[in-house]
Amino acid sequence: MFCEKAVELIREVHRMGDGQLPAFNEDGIRQVLEEMKALYEQNQSDVNEAKTEGKSELIPSIKFRHSCLLRNQRCIAAYLYDRLLRMRALRWEYGSVLPTTIRFHMCAEEMEWFNQYKKSLATYMRSIGGEDGLDITQDMKPPKSLYIEVRCLKDHGEFEIDDGTVILLKKNSQHFLPRWKCEQLIRQGVLEHIIS
Amino acid sequence: MWWHRCSFVPLRPVYAEFELSLTAMGAKPSGRDVQGQSVCQRRPGSQGTKMEMPLWLAKGLYERKRRVLSVELPKVYREGWRTVFGADPIVVDLHKMGPYYYGLGSQMLHFDSPENPEIANTILQTFIGRFRRTMDSSQNAYNEDTSALVERLDCLERSLFKAGQSGLNSFQLWEKGRSSHLTASSLVINYRKRKMTDLQA
Repeated sequence: MFCEKAVELIREVHRMGDGQLPAFNEDGIRQVLEEMKALYEQNQSDVNEAKTEGKSELIPSIKFRHSCLLRNQRCIAAYLYDRLLRMRALRWEYGSVLPTTIRFHMCAEEMEWFNQYKKSLATYMRSIGGEDGLDITQDMKPPKSLYIEVRCLKDHGEFEIDDGTVILLKKNSQHFLPRWKCEQLIRQGVLEHIIS
Repeated sequence: MWWHRCSFVPLRPVYAEFELSLTAMGAKPSGRDVQGQSVCQRRPGSQGTKMEMPLWLAKGLYERKRRVLSVELPKVYREGWRTVFGADPIVVDLHKMGPYYYGLGSQMLHFDSPENPEIANTILQTFIGRFRRTMDSSQNAYNEDTSALVERLDCLERSLFKAGQSGLNSFQLWEKGRSSHLTASSLVINYRKRKMTDLQA
């Protein structure tokens, strides 16, 4: 039955419920597009035949193929759009540099979209909040203090803070650091915020 | 979490691919081209053929004036069940009666059944009747196993329940003074968990 491959694509993304991005199913998309091409070409020839020879009994099958085409189109659009939403969320969760494993799951066009989105976001952030701009990906939760206590969850190497001091982030070491420097690392699971 | 709000809704209407029974399929597809359509009989003049087809196809082929096909209402929207819903909507197991009761019901109105006003009204009243219970339970079940509460809900109600729980949890975090506690993104955590299981496999 037609359109089954398209629905399989949807099922694939639907299965990854928690915002994870599955690998781009290049093969699947290609198969759906091939199916659409075949349906379209058959319809073209049938429409010509129906017009020139007046064969109106072809019309139900033309309508049938047309419904399948629309369905395939809708499935592909939903698949791509859903992936886009997940990638957008990744920018806010991970930051502007995505881990390589996630990047492998994106196709070239999606990577391009992601870069453009980052650029738009950066431009917007520079345009608000006066001279230096405003990083709206910071302070996602209301801040209570300028400095916070953090514990290192894994070795991250050296880390430089604004006044030039270099801190060595070794597993299980604890530090008292400026909040705005740590927020990104906490979100990425490198540091852990300790509250007493 | 922030990204929950961009709910991945585009998927749901597409994913809910239903099967309906049709009666009186008037015109039949021409013999030579319907490849892969294993469900369709290809006898000429096969009017009155009954078959199952997906909702999107039925909607695409349906024509009000020409009566190409007519659609049989699933029994949950028929008179018998409508009376049940009218009596007490809360007791019905909507997950069993087709997990997309509201969605499919709204789509069924597309096929110009003479019972449309009653169907529409029943769906609406059912939702109104059940909503209060869903809302209350989602706002009061904190940190406990909610499977008994959601098992009889249809998909729309389940997403409402989830939204309610999310609100409740955020509020509780705030009450405990932990709303300023920075945490690792759940995407990161889940991602790492999956990597571990992949490595172990």
